[in-house]
Amino acid sequence: MNVLRSEYCVLACAEAWRGSGEILASPMGLIPSLGARLARLTFAPDLLLTDGEATLVRPDGTPEGWLPYRQHLALVAGGRRHVMMGASQLDRYGNQNISCIGDWARPRRQLLGVRGATLNTLNNPTSYWVPKHSRRVFVERVDMVCGVGYDRVARHPGTERFHRIHRVVTDLGVLDFETPDHSMRLAALHPGVRVDEVREATDFELVVPDEVPRTREPDAEELRLIREVLDPGGARTREVAG
Amino acid sequence: MPKTTDKTMTADEVVARLTSGMTLGIGGWGSRRKPMSLVRALLRTGIDDLTLVSYGGPDVGMLVAAGRVRRLVTAFVTLDSVPLEPHYRAARERGALELTEVDEGMFMWGLHAAANRLPFLPVRAGLGSDVMRVNPGLRTVTSPYDDAETFVAMPALRLDAALVHVNRADRLGNGQYLGPDPYFDDLFCAAADTAYVSCERLVDTAELTKAAAPQSLLVKRLDVTGVVEAPGGAHFTSCAPDYGRDEEFQRLYASTPWEDFSTRFLAGDEQAYRSAVRDWQEEQAR
Repeated sequence: MNVLRSEYCVLACAEAWRGSGEILASPMGLIPSLGARLARLTFAPDLLLTDGEATLVRPDGTPEGWLPYRQHLALVAGGRRHVMMGASQLDRYGNQNISCIGDWARPRRQLLGVRGATLNTLNNPTSYWVPKHSRRVFVERVDMVCGVGYDRVARHPGTERFHRIHRVVTDLGVLDFETPDHSMRLAALHPGVRVDEVREATDFELVVPDEVPRTREPDAEELRLIREVLDPGGARTREVAG
Repeated sequence: MPKTTDKTMTADEVVARLTSGMTLGIGGWGSRRKPMSLVRALLRTGIDDLTLVSYGGPDVGMLVAAGRVRRLVTAFVTLDSVPLEPHYRAARERGALELTEVDEGMFMWGLHAAANRLPFLPVRAGLGSDVMRVNPGLRTVTSPYDDAETFVAMPALRLDAALVHVNRADRLGNGQYLGPDPYFDDLFCAAADTAYVSCERLVDTAELTKAAAPQSLLVKRLDVTGVVEAPGGAHFTSCAPDYGRDEEFQRLYASTPWEDFSTRFLAGDEQAYRSAVRDWQEEQAR
């Protein structure tokens, strides 16, 4: 069984929602969306998903609820949600930037803007998806803190109350913050990836345990769902090669 | 019996009531149900020095490209299917725009505060992020109860005028949306001193609820100053279920230098815009 890198990525994203129970999964981007739907179809059957607009839908597209933006933002504040956002920059404590590159007053490159990143990170579990693990993304300091990281939360008592950065999934592996000072740790490598490749693609010192586990293998049913049901057109291989 | 006030007017009459220096809220979200015909009418005037309050899309892009905006209050500017708005991006990278960048949730609670005539509302957002750094005027507030938690005190986003586009409206200013998401259009209208609603089709009041439920009546006439019938008024943004986003035309907008685009499409009135778009579409079909 030849499992593609992009398929390990889908699986690693899906695992972010394991054990979440009856909450809203908010994946941003293609591979996180495939992951959330895979989780919903297999080990996390109580998850809620949207159609990308204002309707909550079952995996077959049947509407089961209404979630316009106003309710979505209120739901974030209520906490019954786990979001997986993208990140243009991410630092060792999980501070994320999607706003702009360079000086905020006159950016070298204007990006999306802060969007809902502060609300997300201060109110419900947050994960990140980075399709190309590189030094451009994994930086010593982000230019504009949008999603709030562990060091920032520690400096603002009270904000840690509902703050949790669950994991960061990349094309190379999975990272988490399960260290004494919540600095980023290499939690798993996708099969075929070496530790030094991840180190090379990260601009800060990663915590690397002596034994780094591998992303688990998908079972036959999971592979079938990814290939035949969720992404028969193979769009996943355009986000992550292979 | 005296008649209830008829608020119908033209887009040019709407913008004749706006002045330079105003704070203007624009409804919709990204490249969805934006009051583009009102924005186009605004572009035909000399009004500038505006403060725009918007979950930004091409409304922001065009007004910024035309040099009409002094300050923007937003959480993002995007064309959705084209992630980055090119004119907004260019203006930011030139340093040509003052920006109040807040979180989507802070923005929403700012509108709620304005609609509720409150100076601010507490929000669990922003704290610890650089939203606090780039908005040095933002204050925090501490819960007076036992928890003593600290929140951002999001100031009211009070508007001089709001512009929104809906699917149907009557002549009195009752506005109806028929798509999946109301966005924040009712809040924009309630947060504003004056509010102008454009609609795909003007209908009799009784017609509004013939085929749709009363909860689709999003905007109440007590919040509305003027109503404009503007078929295709959201073009090229989406206006479900009347029409989807005109993706091809949006791509053209996003890839054409502003001077060329505005010369070809925005030199005349709304009718001229529509015929210029049709001509372009026919060229593409050939």
